[in-house]
Amino acid sequence: MILFFLQDLILPNGGTPAGPASPASSSSLLNRLQLDDDIDGETRDLFVTVDDPKKHVCTMETYITYRITTKSTRVEFDLPEYSVRRRYQDFDWLRNKLEESQPTHLIPPLPEKFVVKGVVDRFSEEFVETRRKALDKFLKRITDHPVLSFNEHFNVFLTAKDLNAHKKQGMALLTRVGESVKHVTGGYKLRSRPLEFAAIGEYLDTFALKLGTIDRIAQRIIKEEIEYLVELREYGPVYSTWSALEGELAEPLEGVSACIGNCSTALEELTEDMTEDFLPVLREYILYSDSMKSVLKKRDQVQAEYEAKLEAVALRKEERPKVPADVEKCQDRMECFNADLKADMERWQNSKRQDFRQLLMGMADKNIQYYEKCLMAWESIIPLLQEKQEAK
Amino acid sequence: MEQAPPDPERRLQPAPLEPLGHPDAGVESVVGEEAEGARDEGPGDGTMTENNFWLKKIEISVSEAEKRTGRNAMNMQETYTAYLIETRSVEHIDGQSVLTDSLWRRYSEFELLRNYLLVYYPHIVVPPLPEKRAEFVWHKLSADNMDPDFVERRRIGLENFLLRVASHPILCRDKIFYLFLTQEGNWKETVNETGFQLKADSRLKALNATFRVKNPDKRFTELKHYSDELQSVISHLLRVRARVADRLYGVYKVHGNYGRVFSEWSAIEKEMGDGLQSAGHHMDVYASSIDDILEDEEHYADQLKEYLFYAEALRAVCRKHELMQYDLEMAAQDLASKKQQCEELATGC
Repeated sequence: MILFFLQDLILPNGGTPAGPASPASSSSLLNRLQLDDDIDGETRDLFVTVDDPKKHVCTMETYITYRITTKSTRVEFDLPEYSVRRRYQDFDWLRNKLEESQPTHLIPPLPEKFVVKGVVDRFSEEFVETRRKALDKFLKRITDHPVLSFNEHFNVFLTAKDLNAHKKQGMALLTRVGESVKHVTGGYKLRSRPLEFAAIGEYLDTFALKLGTIDRIAQRIIKEEIEYLVELREYGPVYSTWSALEGELAEPLEGVSACIGNCSTALEELTEDMTEDFLPVLREYILYSDSMKSVLKKRDQVQAEYEAKLEAVALRKEERPKVPADVEKCQDRMECFNADLKADMERWQNSKRQDFRQLLMGMADKNIQYYEKCLMAWESIIPLLQEKQEAK
Repeated sequence: MEQAPPDPERRLQPAPLEPLGHPDAGVESVVGEEAEGARDEGPGDGTMTENNFWLKKIEISVSEAEKRTGRNAMNMQETYTAYLIETRSVEHIDGQSVLTDSLWRRYSEFELLRNYLLVYYPHIVVPPLPEKRAEFVWHKLSADNMDPDFVERRRIGLENFLLRVASHPILCRDKIFYLFLTQEGNWKETVNETGFQLKADSRLKALNATFRVKNPDKRFTELKHYSDELQSVISHLLRVRARVADRLYGVYKVHGNYGRVFSEWSAIEKEMGDGLQSAGHHMDVYASSIDDILEDEEHYADQLKEYLFYAEALRAVCRKHELMQYDLEMAAQDLASKKQQCEELATGC
């Protein structure tokens, strides 16, 4: 049934012809999908990867750094290849810088900084690996962006030997920008959000809500699966205990026990895959919708500013009929903002579609693999059970 | 899974009893049809070929169950389920002259039959009946005796019981068993006339024997030990299985929650809408598929339960043996002391 769901999922999107419904076709579908993903690989001139997490223990703090490798043919880069180490707060700095310098663009989200202490071990292998993947995704999304990837802060982040020097430099600027934003928001209420942006806002609210529900369901399923696993781990050995009592039956009973053991292992893998691959994507998109909302808010501010200025001009119209230059500038700013935002939204919609297609395909694929492993385990003990019957 | 009972009765070498049964039973060596081949759940198919005397002569099936209301001995209204037993005797090889008979029995009558068999054949491992109340249930499984699924599983269990009795070389010749299959009215009275209840041993006496027997037969102590362990391992298995079923049910059913949220999500998407909608639909299908899976698994649990009760039947035989051993020892002791007295008297005179 998962296969039908795969086909249904593909047809409306890519128009990939539905292949024969066999388990083998599922993984090939997935492969084809990944090829589609890389279709613009030829035009790509910037490649960034995050790997090799390392733990640093100092007297003051303990933290993890990640190696960031950059390969590029762009003229902005002096060398063809760079390799630097960065920690989470450096990523955070980068994101803030991007938000500041490219206020009209949608900045991809970072994984959550705060984890509940005691519940999650920040230095555990799984946590670090999940975070590494999320950071890698974050940089890849920036890399793929036609504007953000040329940002000077991004360049510094990828190449600078000593990032801290750059960080200090920016401090003064940061406070100034913060003030100007506050100044703009003061008092002015937006008359009306244009219909298309209102629709985006509404869409994002529902989208975040639904994803939140899916995230909760997915976590619940994983929890149920883990509990199921605990019971299975007890179930199998009972057959072994039984086999110790029996003569002729001993072997088949051992077989059943081993088979249940294999199924448990397969289930454990499935649960791990879901935790590592499924949940992070949901989280990323929930955070994405927050980023999107904050850009929408900024857009509203710019529109408010423009409207305020327009009103002020209208009051003084009789004295000076000419529209002042700064109002025109403001209008330009708003229109640029709208255009940027629309382009980013479209880009985001595309990657969202592709990501969720891959996510759901992956989920179906993992489930199929799980059931195939269980099937194999059970099929392998059939001869063991049949032999006994024939022997009689 | 091995399907045959442990067959300890063969090891016990029972003294051949005078057949109480129907004179015709097992006389002709007619090779008739075996118990209907379609009855694949019957845990005895194929393994009973050696001694299925009656199965060659008569086909037995419990084909239907019906809910009924009547008055019990206390004249109180009660609801119960009656089961239709159909018998078909195959008189000729060509199977042309076929005698079909059918009658209704309720569970308590099966119980009476089995109690009677237990008393009259203490040396035989009498096949067990399906459980009286649903045991080892997981939370979605109804513990109600009137539940259609329970009734259906009981129907299969009762049929297996009859087939097992009918395939037993001694039990199948029992007259009361024959009447159970063929005579609807007055059967209870006939059973009670045998006075089997009077012959039943008290539990206390049996317990006494367990502790006092001096030279227990090693074969029987081993058998008893085995049946104890079998009982404990199978009940452990059934307990864990019920929990496994519970959890598995949970895993599937939570997937059902995806169904709604995917469909709601699909409403706000354009290109993705159809895909999400159908993903949701398949999640629903996935979630509901568990019902059938677990229903099938319940039949497997029933077979385990049958052997759980078989272990108890095995113990009953061991208990009976202990009792006899104890009687024997007491008699021997008595005899010895009487002999001594006799000698003392002889020398004293």
